[in-house]
Amino acid sequence: MSSAEIQAPAGRHAAEREPQHTWWLVAVWLVLSLAACLVIWFVWYPHLPPGDMTTSARHQQFDIAVLAVSAAPVILGVWLYFGYVLVAFRAKPGDDSDGAPIFGNTKVSATWIIGTSVIVLWLFVFGTIELIGPAGAGAGEGASPIWKLSGNQTAAWTPGANDMLQVQVIGQQWTWSYRYPQFGGMESTVLDLPVNTPITFHVTSLDVIHSFWPYLLGVKADANPLVDNVAYTTARQTGSFIVRCNELCGIWHGAMTSNGNVMSQTAFKVWATAVQLRERANGTLAALPPYSLTYDPTVIPQLGKDLVKVVGVTGAPGYYYGPGNPVTP
Amino acid sequence: MAIETQPERAEPTGRGPEVTGGGERPWWLRMGAHTGLIGAVAGYFFGHWLGNVLGGDFARSALSDQNNVAIVLGYAFAVIGWLAGLGVFNDLFGLMLGKPLPEEPRLLGKEDRGLAKYFRYTLDHKVVGIQYLYGMTAYFLTGGLFAMAIRSELLSPTYHLIGPEQYLMVVGEHGTMMMMMMSSVILGPFGQYFGPLLIGSKRVAFPRLEALGFWLTPAAYVILLSAVLFGGFPTGWTGYEPLATQAGEGMDAYFFAFGLMGISMILAGFNMIVTVINYRAPGMRWSRLPMFVWSMFTVSFLQVLSVPVLVGACFMGIADRTFQTAFFTNQLGGSSFLYENLFWFFGHPEVYILALPGFGVISEIISVFCRKPLFGYKVSVAGMVGVGTLSFFVWQHHLFDSGINPDMRPLFMLTTELISIPTGFIFLVAMGTFWKAKIRFTIPMLFALAFYFNFLLGGISGVFLSDVPADTTEHGSFFVMAHFHYTIMGGLIFAFMAGIYYWLPKMTGIKLNETLGKIHFWTMFIFFNTTFLPLFALGMLGMPRRVFEYARNLETLNDWVSISAFCLGGSILIFLINFVMSLTFWREREVGNPWRARSLEWQLSTPPPPENFKRVPVVLATPYEYGVRNALPVADLNPPPGVIGTAYAPVGGRVED
Amino acid sequence: MSVTARAAALIVAFLCVAGLGAFVAVYYIGSASQLPTVQYTASGGQVNVALQEDPGNNSTTSPDWVTYYTQDPTTKQWLHTTLFSVPAHTKVNVTIYGYDGCTPLRNNFWGQVQGTLGNTVTVQQFDKNNHRLGPSTTTSLINSWASCSVAHTFAIPEIGLYVPVASPNANNSVNNLCGTYPCTPTSGGAYSLETFSFMSPGQTGSYRWQCLIPCGGGFINGNGGPMQTLGWMGGFMNVVSA
Repeated sequence: MSSAEIQAPAGRHAAEREPQHTWWLVAVWLVLSLAACLVIWFVWYPHLPPGDMTTSARHQQFDIAVLAVSAAPVILGVWLYFGYVLVAFRAKPGDDSDGAPIFGNTKVSATWIIGTSVIVLWLFVFGTIELIGPAGAGAGEGASPIWKLSGNQTAAWTPGANDMLQVQVIGQQWTWSYRYPQFGGMESTVLDLPVNTPITFHVTSLDVIHSFWPYLLGVKADANPLVDNVAYTTARQTGSFIVRCNELCGIWHGAMTSNGNVMSQTAFKVWATAVQLRERANGTLAALPPYSLTYDPTVIPQLGKDLVKVVGVTGAPGYYYGPGNPVTP
Repeated sequence: MAIETQPERAEPTGRGPEVTGGGERPWWLRMGAHTGLIGAVAGYFFGHWLGNVLGGDFARSALSDQNNVAIVLGYAFAVIGWLAGLGVFNDLFGLMLGKPLPEEPRLLGKEDRGLAKYFRYTLDHKVVGIQYLYGMTAYFLTGGLFAMAIRSELLSPTYHLIGPEQYLMVVGEHGTMMMMMMSSVILGPFGQYFGPLLIGSKRVAFPRLEALGFWLTPAAYVILLSAVLFGGFPTGWTGYEPLATQAGEGMDAYFFAFGLMGISMILAGFNMIVTVINYRAPGMRWSRLPMFVWSMFTVSFLQVLSVPVLVGACFMGIADRTFQTAFFTNQLGGSSFLYENLFWFFGHPEVYILALPGFGVISEIISVFCRKPLFGYKVSVAGMVGVGTLSFFVWQHHLFDSGINPDMRPLFMLTTELISIPTGFIFLVAMGTFWKAKIRFTIPMLFALAFYFNFLLGGISGVFLSDVPADTTEHGSFFVMAHFHYTIMGGLIFAFMAGIYYWLPKMTGIKLNETLGKIHFWTMFIFFNTTFLPLFALGMLGMPRRVFEYARNLETLNDWVSISAFCLGGSILIFLINFVMSLTFWREREVGNPWRARSLEWQLSTPPPPENFKRVPVVLATPYEYGVRNALPVADLNPPPGVIGTAYAPVGGRVED
Repeated sequence: MSVTARAAALIVAFLCVAGLGAFVAVYYIGSASQLPTVQYTASGGQVNVALQEDPGNNSTTSPDWVTYYTQDPTTKQWLHTTLFSVPAHTKVNVTIYGYDGCTPLRNNFWGQVQGTLGNTVTVQQFDKNNHRLGPSTTTSLINSWASCSVAHTFAIPEIGLYVPVASPNANNSVNNLCGTYPCTPTSGGAYSLETFSFMSPGQTGSYRWQCLIPCGGGFINGNGGPMQTLGWMGGFMNVVSA
């Protein structure tokens, strides 16, 4: 049973000081928010990850900067408010009385709800625009992408003609390889790309789920078996980058890295043609399966089911499903 | 204002056969954890043998030298043996054989004395709460040890302390231990203990289901740890297929333990829903329900609706691994996307199952230590219900880059960003409650303040992740790790600590040492932030999750994080020392109502009587009427006879006076 | 309970927990540290590494798993490990004894030899009586889809080394694979002897290597079991300062 609460006499003075404090708080908040936003936009923005090597990376930099500018006032506001109330409304030692019996304030609640809703909806609209504009913002869009880059779809790629370069990214346990269908379907362990060219990545896997993440290119697309995951970007600067696997795929997931370079268009054409010629000469190109957007590793046309019938060959064909089912090679 | 009371004792009259309470037989002759252990071991050997008989001659068992059927059946029979040994099935079989159910002794005022009741299938929800407390603390500390191993390995990008598959095992054990076992870290100890007390009920609706829900957790814990003996599981806590089908024997432990915990969560949630709806004391209107009960109620709906999806996914995973179905095998017509969607349809409500009880506990605590009503009761309830409802509509934000249909992404970006609105209500309520308050900086209050600080950073980083273009860089990186550690550890665990310091005096009559508590708080808060704040940067700089090697230029940052993490482990050690020493040796008594809280559980004796309330109380006001002149007490604990009619669920089928 | 009883219970509980923790740590750390690292030292500016891959092994827990063995240069014993160390910036001559039968590559691109000196490997086939079978061939591509001719691969992705390891000639190896492990040239199984060389990198550290043939029998996609356990079909090449 609680006894009647007596307001401390200091409460009345506190009530008079409060409107002043409130305006001070708002002023400090405005100044700090402005300073933070300026620092974020002009000092931090050019250095934000993932850098500005490609169009998708640049758009992500912009996104993160705008998000930070939207979030900084919120964080600063909450911190300032808590800092103030924790000091101003501390119970003095020996004061056992209760606080003011405020059960709610419709105006304050409504302001807060409307304010947060506005911020959230603004972020949604902004995010959608940023997703559509840069052709999916480097994220994998699945097999039927909606937002695509413009570029000529050609069978052979020529520099300087705004041809779209197609690169197939094959993830397997535990290494990456890349096929270039416009160069005879040649395959490479190094991802070399031309600058200022629209690039389509077709990301797929041969076994479990991996994820293709060339950090500096601002692209991320999961590699799923028998699924073609398409991502777009255009490189704007030359340089080298590292590709990492971003989806846990087994023991060597952490070491599943690969190198890549963005080079001038002519240098790229020279490199790709050289690889194509070498692989044609040593028979690799003929040994590869025909280029396709996905590969079923249980079907090897050249071998069919012969492997199963070779008597006495006790290599491990990885039988998981019985012999009647497709054999995983 | 005094309420006239006629302190009549509710004497049980004309009841069923007298219950002996079983107090005569010594503890080792009654069924309990020890007989459960015997049952579990016997069950495991039987199941393993049965599995060898059934599946030993599969071609793939011969090739791989692993028989998953034996392991899964071993676990299944071990759990059945464990439960049978505990005596879970006794009442069921008794009913089937026609014997009437005995009256629950504690509801007749008879108390089971001694420590043995904590190691038995006891139906008292307060005992279950204490069991959960010790269990959850043990699971938390085990998960924390694995975390120390992770950070030790990550000290160097090139020198490897443990092998790569051991690292993945440690990562998976840490994550699964925390996300799976700790989903009841607040619901278990505090929800089960204080739920009925807060609503003025003498019991829960289904005490047997509730106790069963607890006793499944040690089984799940042991099964999860047994994966270590099999080389662990390589998938992390998300268990993605088809890697999970490819994995070795430890993977069965993961799916099975997760399924068991899922069943435990479903039972606990179901019990809580029925209890809160039906067992509220007269006068406990929905608008007077304490915020903690609202959070438990909402979370129970999340559990009951989302966890069955997980149990289904685990079952399909086990089916793929044992009798060779192809649910998740793309080459044979299944789909790895199916697993991802099933898992995350559960996975997202799961993180709100973890977060919402934290909101509830903190709301109670700030009201008491500001000595002010909770600002915006309806707003707070709307926040919890809104978060709970919306949590079912956001799961694809875990799958933005996975190759899902691209036009789903703006939709899920919208719902994920919308969910930050009801989450913001929690902050609105807090900020309003602090205005014109009289703040006392007790240890529970310190943890509550830290909760708000951490959850703010965690929540804002969630907004960064919900933006699909920004998510291209952040997904699957240490940015996500920092986000969920801030919300779950910075939120939930800090709330758990707040709850322990706040409620332990009521549960045990002993308070935790103040000095150690303050040291614990400050070290935990500081080292938590120094550990996890740099992880945002690490993720943005391109470090993926679950990797044992990383770019060399990130080594300094990783070393800083690892050292901080060891210090954080030290602060948890301080907590453990405080907890153990206070309860075992120092035993500083704290009976009564040290926080002068208004809520119903503090109006009872310490510890509460076995039947909670000698008479069912009549609730008169909310527990948040601080500062109100002439406020009614929260409840009348000795209502006059005849006031209570048939408006409540009777105990044992009879109407009380 | 009295104070002494509580103290006793506490100490017992603490010892149980500590003991369990120690058991787990030793068990799983021990299992990793049981793998010895074979140290290869340079002589005359070159270092010779010898490996073999077998269709089975001599362990008790998983006798059906395929595995690599590494030869200790001093004792000439075949150790069941995949950890070895070589000096930096040295020419490494690798000899691999291929005792296991063939399995097709999942991605036939790995049949192309990459990263060795000359981008070729030299293969000599032997029959079950340890007699040479045909001339030795130097090739830059072993096409596992045209004929069953690749057993495993040896790949160090970080330095761009990808080498297919030839299997014993398919016709010859019918029923002729070695049955006692670790295999030796005289244990009655056909085998292929493959040699190649590469330059070890200048930067010291551990470089992982793996096989790219999905040879984990009984595991879906063939990449489980020995493929995902250190000491079997993948390991570390530690490059130490010369």
